[in-house]
Amino acid sequence: MNMITACIDGSKISAYVCDAAAWVSLSLDTPVKLLHVLERIIVPVNDNLSGAIGLGSREHLLAEMTVLDEQRSKVALEHGKHMLEDAKLRVQNLGVADVQLKQRHGELLEALAEAEDETRVFVMGRLGEGHDVGSQAIGAHLENAVRAVRTPILVTVGEFTAPESYMIAYDGSSTADEALAKFSESALLKNLPAHIVMVASETTEHLQQLKSAKDTLVSSGRNVIATLVEGSVQDALSLYREQNNIDLMVMGAYGHSRLREFFVGSQTSKMISRSPIPLLLLR
Amino acid sequence: MIESIKRDWFSNIKNDVLAGTVVALALIPEAIAFSIIAGVDPKVGLYASFCIAVVIAFVGGRPGMISAATGAMALLMLTLVKEHGLQYLLAATLLTGVLQIIAGYLKLGDLMRFVSRSVVTGFVNALAILIFMAQLPELTDVTWHVYAMTAAGLGIIYLFPLLPVIGKSVPSPLVCIVVLTGLAMFVGMDIRTVGDMGELPDTLPIFLWPDVPLNFETLAIIFPYSAGLAVVGLLESMMTATIVDDLTDTTSDKNRECKGQGIANIGSGLLGGMAGCAMIGQSIINVKSGGRGRLSTFVAGVFLLIMVVFMDEWIRQIPMAALVAVMIMVSIGTFSWDSIINLKNYPLSTNLVMLATVVVVVATHNLAIGVFVGVLLASLFFANKIGRFMVIKSESEDEGKRAYRVVGQVFFASSDQFAQSFDFKEVLEEVTIDLSQAHFWDITSVAALDKVVIKFRREGAKVNVIGMNEATQTVVDKFGVHDKPEEVEKIMSGH
Repeated sequence: MNMITACIDGSKISAYVCDAAAWVSLSLDTPVKLLHVLERIIVPVNDNLSGAIGLGSREHLLAEMTVLDEQRSKVALEHGKHMLEDAKLRVQNLGVADVQLKQRHGELLEALAEAEDETRVFVMGRLGEGHDVGSQAIGAHLENAVRAVRTPILVTVGEFTAPESYMIAYDGSSTADEALAKFSESALLKNLPAHIVMVASETTEHLQQLKSAKDTLVSSGRNVIATLVEGSVQDALSLYREQNNIDLMVMGAYGHSRLREFFVGSQTSKMISRSPIPLLLLR
Repeated sequence: MIESIKRDWFSNIKNDVLAGTVVALALIPEAIAFSIIAGVDPKVGLYASFCIAVVIAFVGGRPGMISAATGAMALLMLTLVKEHGLQYLLAATLLTGVLQIIAGYLKLGDLMRFVSRSVVTGFVNALAILIFMAQLPELTDVTWHVYAMTAAGLGIIYLFPLLPVIGKSVPSPLVCIVVLTGLAMFVGMDIRTVGDMGELPDTLPIFLWPDVPLNFETLAIIFPYSAGLAVVGLLESMMTATIVDDLTDTTSDKNRECKGQGIANIGSGLLGGMAGCAMIGQSIINVKSGGRGRLSTFVAGVFLLIMVVFMDEWIRQIPMAALVAVMIMVSIGTFSWDSIINLKNYPLSTNLVMLATVVVVVATHNLAIGVFVGVLLASLFFANKIGRFMVIKSESEDEGKRAYRVVGQVFFASSDQFAQSFDFKEVLEEVTIDLSQAHFWDITSVAALDKVVIKFRREGAKVNVIGMNEATQTVVDKFGVHDKPEEVEKIMSGH
């Protein structure tokens, strides 16, 4: 639990991931580790469709494919190293002294699971390689990553500027209460003004829930404004964000089963894909 | 999960489809040839190949591996078909599937670690030899036309790929079959064709329950065959999976593959097909042609069925000589030629294991027996080798006193040597046996120690056994040492 792990790839957003990681690192006084995963890309070996196998076909094939993979991997490895070096420079220029680099082969999820024990916050971009920064999609890895790890994830969506205030989307569920309790104990965003927003009808029960959520945060020494708004979740939250100039969203992620989300659609995915500000996802 | 489905199925669409097509073209002659080996109509093998390939594409544990009707399995069915008929074969196929699924749940795929590399090589070579030998009936008592056709077929298969551009884009086994079929039809040659070998499929396969009485007698007939089929099928599938793992530098789920093979065989049995398993030659062809994902296996199965059902009039005309040529290619491609070169460099025991596996398989036509013999031999050689890691040093300080220090592994294979290393003829008053650097692995070795101590006593010597506690602590039958760090520590430190 002593690292900020930032996931870097060849996409443009990686630079903003570095900015965000530097900001978290400075506010928590924790070193940054830049992680780049060399994923195996399946590419056809050759265009030989002759279908004939002869003397020592297996051995030749193995040798041939090894040479090809070797060349390809060397290039990818070099490229990844340069990327990491660039990222390191960027983070150091932002004032972080302790920056470590890590390159791993394999799948991103495996690498995240490995890094989880030593990680306080993960920083990822909304989209990876192969997307435009402007596009409103979610990168192929992000959803899986968010589901796989239990550590908070900071998702950058575009250029990153240090937030001045943040809002917490609260839905009154027991998982939300748990996440909130964990969050309030941590030093994350401790000194920024917090807005806790609940989208629900104005009943005593809801007001009570919001009140106790606010108390949890206040007891950890935070400056909190609690608000209950009505309307559809997406619209009400974005309206509140605009009115109050919020520049960071904190929310729980993927609380429901995949089956339910298959039919209903995921609230979390919608929030991530439409958000113009960075999000801190809690599990 | 969606991610992994996408990766397994659709990450390599163009290459998978092309490779699958190439494989399907090579599967047709094999399925026909293996049906003939098993003594059933070609349609049994063709339906089996279709069904197994398609099912394994979904449930297998090794994407990109090709499974279908195979020679190794066909050889085991021969007597069952001869004595009891096709329906019993179908029933045996179902039972094979059930046994393989059970093996999958019992995680028997993990047992593959006991099969050494030389046994695998022996298996592969034996398989190649069996496939080749199965072609011999087509080449005996025939006119010179058949030899000429076979030679021409092999010529086309190996020389066609050397042509620029076209050679690498059209599968040469297909060219061989088309050219030889055209030639035979044009000249009107009177040689055997596929149509002479039995019924070909003219419809899509239909679901049918084997027409056998469901009683104990039936079970008694089919069980021995099913057990053999299950073992051979899993062995070849696991070995092929390892080969594909190596070639593509990826990993596979061996236990899922076991269950998948079982499900595929049940499917095959219910659609009137024979039991099958993974194919080494075809899987190599698939990887070589760029196939990596599950889609390649699926395409191979579907394409095979489409061609067979809609082109059965043409397939009937294919001369057997053309199929023989393709099968010879498969057997040459399957054989591990490096293993012959390596005979010079490898230790004798390794070579003996490999050769014994080959000889036993070729003699019994049963790959399971061959692998069993190979594994047994390899274990014996290993035990023998480890047994030699034992020395007993002796030193005498004073007259009438002697200290023996035992270093190394003492177990059933080295117990005799242990007992013989002491000089009982020497007249001694006091003997010290230092065991602190020895490992006693089993009761045979403990008994040997007892014998030595008693013998010294009978000669009138006083016996001190020291270090006994350390030696016996590591011993023996304390399973699961690997997860107790302090135990590992003891073993590593030589106690």
